[in-house]
Amino acid sequence: MAILETKDLTYVYGQGTPFERTAVDHVNISIEEGEFLGVIGHTGSGKSTLIQMLNGLLRPTSGQVLLDGEDIWKDPKQIRRVRFRVGMVFQYPEYQLFEETVLKDICFGPKNMGLSDEQAEECARQAAHFTGLKPELLEKSPFELSGGEKRRAAIAGVIAMDPDVLILDEPTAGLDPNGRDVLLSQILSYHQQRKNTILLVSHSMEDIGRTADRLLVMNSSHAEMLDTTRRVFAQSDRLESIGLRVPQITRIMTELRRRGFPVDESTLTVEEALRQLIPYLKGEIQ
Amino acid sequence: MIADITFGQFFPAKSPIHRMDPRVKLVLVVLMIVFMFLAKNFFGLGVMVAFTVAAMLLSKVPMKLYIKSVKPVLFIIAFTSLINLFYGSGEPLWQFGFLRITLNGIFNALFIVIRITALIMISALLTFTTSPTQLTDAIERLLKPLAKLHVPVHEFAMMMTIALRFIPTLLEETDKIMSAQKARGADLESGGLIDRVKALIPILIPLFVSAFRRAFDLATAMECRCYHGGEGRTKMKVLHVSGGDVLSLGLSCLACAVVIVCNFVFPSLR
Repeated sequence: MAILETKDLTYVYGQGTPFERTAVDHVNISIEEGEFLGVIGHTGSGKSTLIQMLNGLLRPTSGQVLLDGEDIWKDPKQIRRVRFRVGMVFQYPEYQLFEETVLKDICFGPKNMGLSDEQAEECARQAAHFTGLKPELLEKSPFELSGGEKRRAAIAGVIAMDPDVLILDEPTAGLDPNGRDVLLSQILSYHQQRKNTILLVSHSMEDIGRTADRLLVMNSSHAEMLDTTRRVFAQSDRLESIGLRVPQITRIMTELRRRGFPVDESTLTVEEALRQLIPYLKGEIQ
Repeated sequence: MIADITFGQFFPAKSPIHRMDPRVKLVLVVLMIVFMFLAKNFFGLGVMVAFTVAAMLLSKVPMKLYIKSVKPVLFIIAFTSLINLFYGSGEPLWQFGFLRITLNGIFNALFIVIRITALIMISALLTFTTSPTQLTDAIERLLKPLAKLHVPVHEFAMMMTIALRFIPTLLEETDKIMSAQKARGADLESGGLIDRVKALIPILIPLFVSAFRRAFDLATAMECRCYHGGEGRTKMKVLHVSGGDVLSLGLSCLACAVVIVCNFVFPSLR
Protein backbone atom coordinates (compact mmCIF):
# COMPACT_ATOMS: atom_id res chain seq x y z
CA MET A 1 0.00 0.00 0.00
CA ALA A 2 1.21 3.48 -0.75
CA ILE A 3 2.13 5.41 2.38
CA LEU A 4 2.96 8.65 0.55
CA GLU A 5 1.50 9.78 -2.72
CA THR A 6 1.74 12.98 -4.69
CA LYS A 7 -0.90 14.30 -7.06
CA ASP A 8 0.25 16.85 -9.66
CA LEU A 9 2.60 18.25 -7.04
CA THR A 10 4.02 21.60 -8.13
CA TYR A 11 6.19 24.18 -6.41
CA VAL A 12 7.07 27.59 -7.82
CA TYR A 13 9.70 29.78 -6.16
CA GLY A 14 9.18 33.55 -6.14
CA GLN A 15 5.80 33.43 -7.81
CA GLY A 16 4.87 36.76 -9.34
CA THR A 17 8.42 38.16 -9.28
CA PRO A 18 10.94 38.39 -12.12
CA PHE A 19 12.82 35.52 -10.44
CA GLU A 20 9.95 33.03 -10.77
CA ARG A 21 11.17 29.45 -11.17
CA THR A 22 9.30 26.15 -11.16
CA ALA A 23 11.25 23.71 -9.01
CA VAL A 24 8.81 20.81 -9.04
CA ASP A 25 6.41 20.44 -11.94
CA HIS A 26 3.35 18.16 -11.77
CA VAL A 27 5.03 15.25 -10.05
CA ASN A 28 2.93 12.12 -9.52
CA ILE A 29 4.68 9.44 -7.51
CA SER A 30 3.65 6.87 -4.98
CA ILE A 31 5.92 5.57 -2.25
CA GLU A 32 5.13 2.10 -0.91
CA GLU A 33 5.04 1.33 2.79
CA GLY A 34 8.24 -0.30 4.01
CA GLU A 35 10.32 0.31 0.90
CA PHE A 36 13.79 1.82 0.65
CA LEU A 37 13.53 4.43 -2.07
CA GLY A 38 16.60 6.09 -3.52
CA VAL A 39 16.23 9.60 -4.96
CA ILE A 40 18.79 10.78 -7.49
CA GLY A 41 19.00 13.77 -9.75
CA HIS A 42 21.27 16.51 -10.91
CA THR A 43 21.85 19.54 -8.65
CA GLY A 44 18.82 21.80 -9.13
CA SER A 45 16.58 19.02 -10.43
CA GLY A 46 14.03 19.63 -7.69
CA LYS A 47 14.92 16.81 -5.27
CA SER A 48 15.26 19.01 -2.19
CA THR A 49 12.08 20.93 -2.90
CA LEU A 50 10.19 17.69 -3.47
CA ILE A 51 11.27 16.08 -0.20
CA GLN A 52 10.55 19.26 1.75
CA MET A 53 6.98 19.12 0.50
CA LEU A 54 6.63 15.49 1.54
CA ASN A 55 6.84 16.41 5.24
CA GLY A 56 5.03 19.70 5.02
CA LEU A 57 7.97 22.08 5.39
CA LEU A 58 7.03 23.65 2.09
CA ARG A 59 3.44 24.12 1.08
CA PRO A 60 2.84 23.10 -2.54
CA THR A 61 1.91 25.84 -5.00
CA SER A 62 -0.59 23.37 -6.42
CA GLY A 63 -1.26 19.66 -6.18
CA GLN A 64 -1.41 17.44 -3.11
CA VAL A 65 0.69 15.25 -0.88
CA LEU A 66 -1.27 12.30 0.47
CA LEU A 67 -0.11 10.55 3.64
CA ASP A 68 -2.07 7.30 4.04
CA GLY A 69 -4.46 8.68 1.43
CA GLU A 70 -5.14 11.92 3.28
CA ASP A 71 -4.07 15.38 2.13
CA ILE A 72 -1.45 16.60 4.62
CA TRP A 73 -2.61 20.21 4.24
CA LYS A 74 -6.26 19.40 4.92
CA ASP A 75 -5.85 21.05 8.32
CA PRO A 76 -2.78 23.33 8.28
CA LYS A 77 -2.88 23.54 12.09
CA GLN A 78 -2.10 19.84 12.33
CA ILE A 79 0.94 19.97 10.05
CA ARG A 80 3.29 19.23 12.96
CA ARG A 81 1.73 15.77 13.27
CA VAL A 82 2.77 15.11 9.68
CA ARG A 83 6.32 16.17 10.49
CA PHE A 84 6.45 13.66 13.34
CA ARG A 85 5.32 10.87 11.03
CA VAL A 86 7.57 11.87 8.14
CA GLY A 87 11.01 12.51 9.65
CA MET A 88 13.50 14.59 7.74
CA VAL A 89 17.28 14.66 8.07
CA PHE A 90 18.69 17.62 6.19
CA GLN A 91 22.06 17.89 4.50
CA TYR A 92 24.81 18.56 7.05
CA PRO A 93 22.34 18.06 9.93
CA GLU A 94 25.08 18.62 12.54
CA TYR A 95 24.47 22.38 12.20
CA GLN A 96 21.11 22.01 13.96
CA LEU A 97 22.57 20.82 17.30
CA PHE A 98 22.01 23.30 20.11
CA GLU A 99 21.44 21.69 23.52
CA GLU A 100 23.81 21.39 26.46
CA THR A 101 24.19 17.64 26.09
CA VAL A 102 23.81 15.25 23.20
CA LEU A 103 21.07 13.38 25.04
CA LYS A 104 19.02 16.55 25.57
CA ASP A 105 19.44 17.43 21.91
CA ILE A 106 18.19 14.05 20.74
CA CYS A 107 15.24 14.44 23.16
CA PHE A 108 14.17 17.71 21.48
CA GLY A 109 12.02 15.95 18.86
CA PRO A 110 10.33 13.42 21.18
CA LYS A 111 9.59 16.17 23.71
CA ASN A 112 7.98 18.30 21.01
CA MET A 113 5.76 15.28 20.37
CA GLY A 114 4.55 15.62 23.93
CA LEU A 115 6.34 12.63 25.47
CA SER A 116 7.34 12.72 29.14
CA ASP A 117 10.99 13.20 30.08
CA GLU A 118 11.46 9.49 30.80
CA GLN A 119 9.81 8.37 27.57
CA ALA A 120 11.79 10.90 25.54
CA GLU A 121 15.02 9.74 27.11
CA GLU A 122 14.15 6.14 26.35
CA CYS A 123 13.53 7.03 22.68
CA ALA A 124 16.75 9.03 22.58
CA ARG A 125 18.87 6.18 23.93
CA GLN A 126 17.34 3.78 21.43
CA ALA A 127 17.94 6.19 18.54
CA ALA A 128 21.53 6.71 19.67
CA HIS A 129 21.97 2.95 19.64
CA PHE A 130 20.56 2.71 16.09
CA THR A 131 23.01 5.30 14.80
CA GLY A 132 25.96 3.72 16.62
CA LEU A 133 26.52 6.63 19.00
CA LYS A 134 28.46 5.42 22.04
CA PRO A 135 26.48 5.81 25.32
CA GLU A 136 29.31 7.72 27.04
CA LEU A 137 29.00 10.48 24.41
CA LEU A 138 25.41 11.21 25.40
CA GLU A 139 26.38 13.32 28.40
CA LYS A 140 28.87 15.42 26.45
CA SER A 141 28.19 18.77 24.80
CA PRO A 142 27.34 18.27 21.12
CA PHE A 143 30.04 20.81 20.25
CA GLU A 144 32.76 18.56 21.71
CA LEU A 145 32.03 15.69 19.31
CA SER A 146 33.90 14.93 16.12
CA GLY A 147 32.30 15.64 12.75
CA GLY A 148 31.10 12.07 12.25
CA GLU A 149 29.75 11.82 15.79
CA LYS A 150 27.87 15.09 15.41
CA ARG A 151 26.30 13.74 12.24
CA ARG A 152 25.16 10.60 14.09
CA ALA A 153 23.77 12.66 16.95
CA ALA A 154 21.79 14.82 14.54
CA ILE A 155 20.40 11.81 12.67
CA ALA A 156 19.50 10.21 16.02
CA GLY A 157 17.55 13.39 16.82
CA VAL A 158 15.17 12.59 13.97
CA ILE A 159 15.11 8.81 14.42
CA ALA A 160 14.15 9.37 18.08
CA MET A 161 10.73 10.58 16.91
CA ASP A 162 10.26 7.09 15.44
CA PRO A 163 8.87 8.34 12.12
CA ASP A 164 7.01 5.99 9.76
CA VAL A 165 8.84 7.57 6.85
CA LEU A 166 12.43 8.72 7.23
CA ILE A 167 13.86 11.06 4.62
CA LEU A 168 17.64 11.43 4.53
CA ASP A 169 19.18 14.14 2.35
CA GLU A 170 22.76 13.09 1.58
CA PRO A 171 23.49 11.72 5.04
CA THR A 172 27.01 10.66 4.10
CA ALA A 173 28.20 13.90 2.46
CA GLY A 174 31.57 15.00 3.78
CA LEU A 175 32.30 11.80 5.73
CA ASP A 176 35.40 9.69 5.15
CA PRO A 177 34.93 6.42 3.16
CA ASN A 178 34.86 4.29 6.29
CA GLY A 179 32.38 6.62 8.00
CA ARG A 180 30.14 6.47 4.92
CA ASP A 181 30.10 2.67 4.85
CA VAL A 182 29.38 2.34 8.55
CA LEU A 183 26.63 4.97 8.53
CA LEU A 184 24.95 3.40 5.49
CA SER A 185 25.03 -0.08 7.06
CA GLN A 186 23.49 1.36 10.19
CA ILE A 187 20.72 3.04 8.24
CA LEU A 188 20.12 -0.21 6.40
CA SER A 189 19.95 -2.29 9.56
CA TYR A 190 17.67 0.30 11.17
CA HIS A 191 15.41 -0.04 8.14
CA GLN A 192 15.42 -3.83 8.39
CA GLN A 193 14.65 -3.83 12.10
CA ARG A 194 12.00 -1.13 12.07
CA LYS A 195 10.52 -2.07 8.66
CA ASN A 196 9.71 1.59 8.04
CA THR A 197 9.89 3.53 4.80
CA ILE A 198 13.14 5.27 3.94
CA LEU A 199 13.90 7.87 1.29
CA LEU A 200 17.60 8.35 0.63
CA VAL A 201 18.73 11.30 -1.47
CA SER A 202 22.29 10.82 -2.63
CA HIS A 203 24.75 11.77 -5.32
CA SER A 204 26.66 8.56 -4.76
CA MET A 205 25.35 5.90 -7.13
CA GLU A 206 27.36 3.31 -5.19
CA ASP A 207 25.48 4.15 -1.98
CA ILE A 208 22.15 4.03 -3.82
CA GLY A 209 23.03 0.77 -5.57
CA ARG A 210 23.86 -0.84 -2.24
CA THR A 211 20.74 0.22 -0.40
CA ALA A 212 17.70 1.14 -2.48
CA ASP A 213 14.91 -1.22 -3.57
CA ARG A 214 13.45 1.33 -5.94
CA LEU A 215 14.80 4.49 -7.46
CA LEU A 216 13.24 7.85 -8.26
CA VAL A 217 15.11 9.87 -10.86
CA MET A 218 14.41 13.60 -10.90
CA ASN A 219 15.30 15.63 -13.96
CA SER A 220 14.57 19.34 -14.53
CA SER A 221 11.61 19.49 -12.11
CA HIS A 222 10.00 16.27 -13.39
CA ALA A 223 9.94 12.71 -12.10
CA GLU A 224 11.87 11.11 -14.95
CA MET A 225 11.81 7.48 -13.79
CA LEU A 226 10.47 5.49 -10.84
CA ASP A 227 11.34 1.82 -10.99
CA THR A 228 13.37 -0.88 -9.29
CA THR A 229 17.01 0.06 -8.85
CA ARG A 230 18.12 -2.68 -11.22
CA ARG A 231 15.83 -1.59 -14.02
CA VAL A 232 16.82 2.07 -13.64
CA PHE A 233 20.53 1.35 -13.63
CA ALA A 234 20.11 -0.94 -16.65
CA GLN A 235 19.37 2.22 -18.67
CA SER A 236 22.80 3.77 -18.40
CA ASP A 237 22.46 5.72 -21.67
CA ARG A 238 19.29 7.43 -20.55
CA LEU A 239 20.84 8.27 -17.17
CA GLU A 240 23.94 9.69 -18.79
CA SER A 241 21.86 11.85 -21.11
CA ILE A 242 20.48 13.65 -18.02
CA GLY A 243 23.88 14.05 -16.42
CA LEU A 244 23.78 11.06 -14.09
CA ARG A 245 25.71 7.83 -14.19
CA VAL A 246 25.38 4.26 -12.99
CA PRO A 247 27.58 2.76 -10.22
CA GLN A 248 31.14 2.13 -11.36
CA ILE A 249 30.77 -1.61 -10.93
CA THR A 250 27.64 -1.61 -13.10
CA ARG A 251 29.59 0.17 -15.80
CA ILE A 252 32.35 -2.42 -15.67
CA MET A 253 29.88 -5.29 -15.87
CA THR A 254 28.02 -3.67 -18.77
CA GLU A 255 31.31 -3.28 -20.62
CA LEU A 256 32.29 -6.91 -19.89
CA ARG A 257 28.97 -8.08 -21.26
CA ARG A 258 29.48 -5.98 -24.37
CA ARG A 259 32.80 -7.77 -24.87
CA GLY A 260 31.13 -11.16 -24.77
CA PHE A 261 31.11 -12.27 -21.12
CA PRO A 262 27.64 -13.51 -20.13
CA VAL A 263 27.52 -11.54 -16.87
CA ASP A 264 24.49 -9.75 -15.44
CA GLU A 265 24.65 -6.13 -16.62
CA SER A 266 22.44 -4.86 -13.84
CA THR A 267 24.91 -5.84 -11.15
CA LEU A 268 24.80 -3.21 -8.42
CA THR A 269 27.45 -4.09 -5.84
CA VAL A 270 31.04 -5.25 -5.85
CA GLU A 271 30.04 -8.36 -3.86
CA GLU A 272 27.57 -9.42 -6.55
CA ALA A 273 30.17 -8.82 -9.24
CA LEU A 274 32.70 -10.90 -7.35
CA ARG A 275 30.31 -13.85 -7.16
CA GLN A 276 29.98 -13.77 -10.93
CA LEU A 277 33.59 -13.09 -11.79
CA ILE A 278 35.52 -15.39 -9.47
CA PRO A 279 34.56 -18.55 -11.42
CA TYR A 280 36.10 -16.94 -14.53
CA LEU A 281 39.25 -16.00 -12.74
CA LYS A 282 39.60 -19.47 -11.30
CA GLY A 283 39.20 -20.86 -14.80
CA GLU A 284 36.09 -22.83 -13.94
CA ILE A 285 34.21 -21.29 -16.84
CA GLN A 286 35.86 -20.50 -20.18
CA MET B 1 9.23 32.92 4.42
CA ILE B 2 12.64 34.46 5.02
CA ALA B 3 13.88 33.57 1.55
CA ASP B 4 11.33 35.94 0.06
CA ILE B 5 12.90 39.00 1.63
CA THR B 6 15.14 40.49 -1.02
CA PHE B 7 17.91 42.20 0.79
CA GLY B 8 19.71 45.26 -0.53
CA GLN B 9 17.26 46.17 -3.18
CA PHE B 10 19.80 46.30 -5.97
CA PHE B 11 18.02 45.85 -9.29
CA PRO B 12 20.54 45.03 -12.00
CA ALA B 13 19.86 46.84 -15.27
CA LYS B 14 21.72 48.81 -17.91
CA SER B 15 20.79 52.45 -17.54
CA PRO B 16 22.58 55.80 -17.40
CA ILE B 17 21.82 55.91 -13.67
CA HIS B 18 23.37 52.48 -13.08
CA ARG B 19 26.47 53.58 -14.95
CA MET B 20 26.98 56.69 -12.83
CA ASP B 21 29.88 56.90 -10.40
CA PRO B 22 28.51 55.73 -7.03
CA ARG B 23 30.30 58.60 -5.24
CA VAL B 24 28.54 61.17 -7.41
CA LYS B 25 25.25 59.36 -6.97
CA LEU B 26 25.61 59.29 -3.20
CA VAL B 27 26.51 62.98 -2.98
CA LEU B 28 23.66 63.94 -5.31
CA VAL B 29 21.08 61.97 -3.36
CA VAL B 30 22.17 63.63 -0.12
CA LEU B 31 22.04 67.02 -1.87
CA MET B 32 18.55 66.30 -3.21
CA ILE B 33 17.29 65.26 0.20
CA VAL B 34 18.67 68.43 1.78
CA PHE B 35 17.00 70.61 -0.83
CA MET B 36 13.71 68.74 -0.49
CA PHE B 37 13.74 69.94 3.10
CA LEU B 38 14.86 73.44 2.14
CA ALA B 39 12.01 73.87 -0.34
CA LYS B 40 9.43 76.08 1.30
CA ASN B 41 6.62 75.95 -1.25
CA PHE B 42 5.04 73.75 -3.89
CA PHE B 43 7.06 75.33 -6.69
CA GLY B 44 10.43 74.44 -5.23
CA LEU B 45 9.25 70.99 -4.19
CA GLY B 46 7.75 70.50 -7.66
CA VAL B 47 11.18 71.02 -9.21
CA MET B 48 12.66 68.37 -6.91
CA VAL B 49 9.82 65.94 -7.63
CA ALA B 50 10.18 66.46 -11.37
CA PHE B 51 13.91 65.84 -11.07
CA THR B 52 13.35 62.65 -9.05
CA VAL B 53 10.69 61.31 -11.41
CA ALA B 54 12.94 61.97 -14.41
CA ALA B 55 15.79 60.04 -12.76
CA MET B 56 13.39 57.21 -11.85
CA LEU B 57 12.24 56.92 -15.45
CA LEU B 58 15.87 56.92 -16.63
CA SER B 59 16.81 54.13 -14.20
CA LYS B 60 14.84 51.41 -16.05
CA VAL B 61 13.69 50.01 -12.71
CA PRO B 62 9.96 49.12 -12.84
CA MET B 63 7.76 51.80 -11.26
CA LYS B 64 6.02 49.02 -9.33
CA LEU B 65 9.17 48.51 -7.26
CA TYR B 66 9.36 52.20 -6.36
CA ILE B 67 5.75 52.19 -5.26
CA LYS B 68 6.41 49.07 -3.21
CA SER B 69 9.31 50.79 -1.42
CA VAL B 70 6.92 53.40 0.02
CA LYS B 71 4.76 50.70 1.61
CA PRO B 72 6.77 50.22 4.84
CA VAL B 73 6.54 53.94 5.70
CA LEU B 74 2.94 54.36 4.65
CA PHE B 75 1.88 54.55 8.29
CA ILE B 76 4.39 57.30 9.10
CA ILE B 77 3.30 59.30 6.07
CA ALA B 78 -0.37 58.97 7.02
CA PHE B 79 0.32 59.85 10.64
CA THR B 80 2.43 62.97 10.03
CA SER B 81 0.13 64.31 7.36
CA LEU B 82 -2.88 63.74 9.61
CA ILE B 83 -1.26 65.73 12.41
CA ASN B 84 -0.41 68.53 10.00
CA LEU B 85 -3.94 68.48 8.71
CA PHE B 86 -5.27 69.55 12.10
CA TYR B 87 -2.59 72.08 12.98
CA GLY B 88 -2.95 74.58 10.14
CA SER B 89 -3.49 78.27 10.78
CA GLY B 90 -6.25 80.53 9.44
CA GLU B 91 -10.00 80.21 9.08
CA PRO B 92 -11.33 76.71 9.85
CA LEU B 93 -13.22 75.02 7.00
CA TRP B 94 -14.59 72.36 9.31
CA GLN B 95 -14.58 72.06 13.05
CA PHE B 96 -15.45 69.33 15.52
CA GLY B 97 -14.47 69.98 19.13
CA PHE B 98 -10.78 70.66 19.18
CA LEU B 99 -10.29 69.22 15.69
CA ARG B 100 -10.28 71.89 13.01
CA ILE B 101 -9.26 71.70 9.41
CA THR B 102 -8.07 74.79 7.57
CA LEU B 103 -7.06 75.34 3.97
CA ASN B 104 -3.52 75.90 5.19
CA GLY B 105 -3.67 72.58 7.05
CA ILE B 106 -4.73 70.71 3.93
CA PHE B 107 -1.87 72.24 1.98
CA ASN B 108 0.59 71.42 4.72
CA ALA B 109 -0.56 67.79 4.87
CA LEU B 110 -0.31 67.46 1.10
CA PHE B 111 3.15 69.04 1.18
CA ILE B 112 4.37 66.55 3.77
CA VAL B 113 3.00 63.58 1.82
CA ILE B 114 4.76 64.68 -1.36
CA ARG B 115 8.00 65.50 0.46
CA ILE B 116 8.29 62.17 2.31
CA THR B 117 7.28 60.15 -0.74
CA ALA B 118 9.88 61.94 -2.88
CA LEU B 119 12.43 61.35 -0.14
CA ILE B 120 11.77 57.61 -0.11
CA MET B 121 11.76 57.46 -3.90
CA ILE B 122 15.14 59.11 -4.29
CA SER B 123 16.73 56.93 -1.60
CA ALA B 124 15.21 53.90 -3.31
CA LEU B 125 16.67 55.15 -6.58
CA LEU B 126 20.11 55.01 -5.00
CA THR B 127 19.74 51.51 -3.55
CA PHE B 128 18.02 50.13 -6.67
CA THR B 129 20.74 51.29 -9.00
CA THR B 130 23.84 50.85 -6.82
CA SER B 131 25.05 47.50 -5.55
CA PRO B 132 25.97 47.37 -1.84
CA THR B 133 29.65 46.88 -2.72
CA GLN B 134 29.65 49.95 -4.94
CA LEU B 135 27.98 51.88 -2.18
CA THR B 136 30.54 50.97 0.49
CA ASP B 137 33.29 51.68 -2.02
CA ALA B 138 31.85 55.14 -2.54
CA ILE B 139 31.56 55.73 1.19
CA GLU B 140 35.16 54.66 1.66
CA ARG B 141 36.39 57.06 -1.02
CA LEU B 142 34.31 59.95 0.26
CA LEU B 143 35.53 59.44 3.83
CA LYS B 144 39.16 59.07 2.78
CA PRO B 145 40.19 62.52 4.04
CA LEU B 146 39.37 61.26 7.55
CA ALA B 147 42.19 58.73 7.26
CA LYS B 148 44.58 61.67 7.79
CA LEU B 149 43.03 62.01 11.25
CA HIS B 150 43.88 58.32 11.89
CA VAL B 151 40.31 57.17 11.42
CA PRO B 152 40.55 53.59 10.05
CA VAL B 153 38.32 54.34 7.05
CA HIS B 154 39.37 51.32 5.02
CA GLU B 155 38.78 48.94 7.90
CA PHE B 156 35.32 50.37 8.52
CA ALA B 157 34.48 50.03 4.84
CA MET B 158 35.77 46.44 4.83
CA MET B 159 33.66 45.62 7.89
CA MET B 160 30.62 47.10 6.20
CA THR B 161 31.24 45.18 3.00
CA ILE B 162 31.64 41.92 4.89
CA ALA B 163 28.54 42.57 6.97
CA LEU B 164 26.49 43.31 3.85
CA ARG B 165 27.93 40.30 2.07
CA PHE B 166 26.95 37.95 4.90
CA ILE B 167 23.41 39.12 5.47
CA PRO B 168 21.94 36.96 2.66
CA THR B 169 24.18 34.06 3.70
CA LEU B 170 23.02 34.20 7.29
CA LEU B 171 19.40 34.60 6.21
CA GLU B 172 19.73 31.45 4.16
CA GLU B 173 21.38 29.72 7.10
CA THR B 174 18.58 30.82 9.42
CA ASP B 175 16.05 29.46 6.97
CA LYS B 176 17.83 26.09 6.87
CA ILE B 177 18.11 25.85 10.66
CA MET B 178 14.46 26.83 11.04
CA SER B 179 13.44 24.10 8.61
CA ALA B 180 15.60 21.55 10.41
CA GLN B 181 14.12 22.41 13.80
CA LYS B 182 10.59 22.52 12.40
CA ALA B 183 11.22 19.05 11.02
CA ARG B 184 11.92 18.02 14.62
CA GLY B 185 8.60 19.48 15.64
CA ALA B 186 9.72 22.91 16.87
CA ASP B 187 6.66 25.12 17.18
CA LEU B 188 7.60 28.66 16.19
CA GLU B 189 4.17 30.03 15.48
CA SER B 190 2.06 29.60 18.57
CA GLY B 191 2.22 30.17 22.30
CA GLY B 192 2.68 33.24 24.47
CA LEU B 193 5.60 35.65 24.52
CA ILE B 194 7.79 33.50 26.79
CA ASP B 195 7.10 30.37 24.72
CA ARG B 196 8.04 32.20 21.57
CA VAL B 197 11.29 33.52 23.00
CA LYS B 198 12.13 30.02 24.23
CA ALA B 199 11.36 28.64 20.79
CA LEU B 200 14.09 30.89 19.37
CA ILE B 201 16.87 29.21 21.36
CA PRO B 202 17.15 26.16 19.07
CA ILE B 203 17.55 28.57 16.15
CA LEU B 204 19.81 31.23 17.64
CA ILE B 205 22.42 28.90 19.13
CA PRO B 206 23.20 27.03 15.90
CA LEU B 207 23.10 30.36 14.05
CA PHE B 208 25.69 31.92 16.36
CA VAL B 209 27.89 28.84 16.20
CA SER B 210 27.81 28.92 12.42
CA ALA B 211 28.37 32.69 12.24
CA PHE B 212 31.51 32.35 14.37
CA ARG B 213 32.68 29.40 12.28
CA ARG B 214 32.24 31.45 9.12
CA ALA B 215 34.03 34.43 10.65
CA PHE B 216 37.04 32.33 11.62
CA ASP B 217 37.11 30.69 8.18
CA LEU B 218 36.97 34.06 6.48
CA ALA B 219 39.72 35.51 8.68
CA THR B 220 41.96 32.53 7.90
CA ALA B 221 41.24 32.81 4.19
CA MET B 222 42.04 36.54 4.22
CA GLU B 223 45.28 35.98 6.09
CA CYS B 224 46.26 33.23 3.67
CA ARG B 225 46.04 35.81 0.93
CA CYS B 226 48.20 38.22 2.96
CA TYR B 227 45.44 40.77 3.54
CA HIS B 228 46.76 43.66 5.62
CA GLY B 229 44.31 46.53 5.54
CA GLY B 230 44.27 49.78 3.63
CA GLU B 231 47.92 50.88 3.48
CA GLY B 232 49.15 50.83 -0.13
CA ARG B 233 46.19 48.80 -1.34
CA THR B 234 45.04 49.26 -4.95
CA LYS B 235 41.53 48.76 -6.30
CA MET B 236 40.38 46.31 -8.92
CA LYS B 237 37.57 48.61 -9.97
CA VAL B 238 38.84 52.18 -9.96
CA LEU B 239 36.01 54.69 -9.84
CA HIS B 240 35.93 57.22 -12.68
CA VAL B 241 33.91 60.39 -12.93
CA SER B 242 32.58 60.46 -16.49
CA GLY B 243 30.93 63.11 -18.67
CA GLY B 244 27.49 61.85 -17.63
CA ASP B 245 28.39 62.33 -13.99
CA VAL B 246 29.47 65.93 -14.60
CA LEU B 247 26.27 66.56 -16.55
CA SER B 248 24.04 65.17 -13.79
CA LEU B 249 26.02 67.11 -11.20
CA GLY B 250 25.44 70.30 -13.17
CA LEU B 251 21.74 69.57 -13.64
CA SER B 252 21.25 68.87 -9.96
CA CYS B 253 23.01 72.08 -8.94
CA LEU B 254 20.76 73.93 -11.36
CA ALA B 255 17.67 72.30 -9.83
CA CYS B 256 18.87 73.24 -6.35
CA ALA B 257 19.43 76.83 -7.45
CA VAL B 258 15.87 76.90 -8.81
CA VAL B 259 14.61 75.74 -5.42
CA ILE B 260 16.38 78.62 -3.70
CA VAL B 261 15.02 81.11 -6.23
CA CYS B 262 11.50 79.70 -5.74
CA ASN B 263 11.89 80.14 -2.00
CA PHE B 264 12.50 83.86 -2.50
CA VAL B 265 10.09 84.56 -5.33
CA PHE B 266 7.02 82.63 -4.17
CA PRO B 267 5.45 82.87 -0.72
CA SER B 268 6.25 80.20 1.85
CA LEU B 269 3.51 77.79 2.88
CA ARG B 270 3.29 78.85 6.48
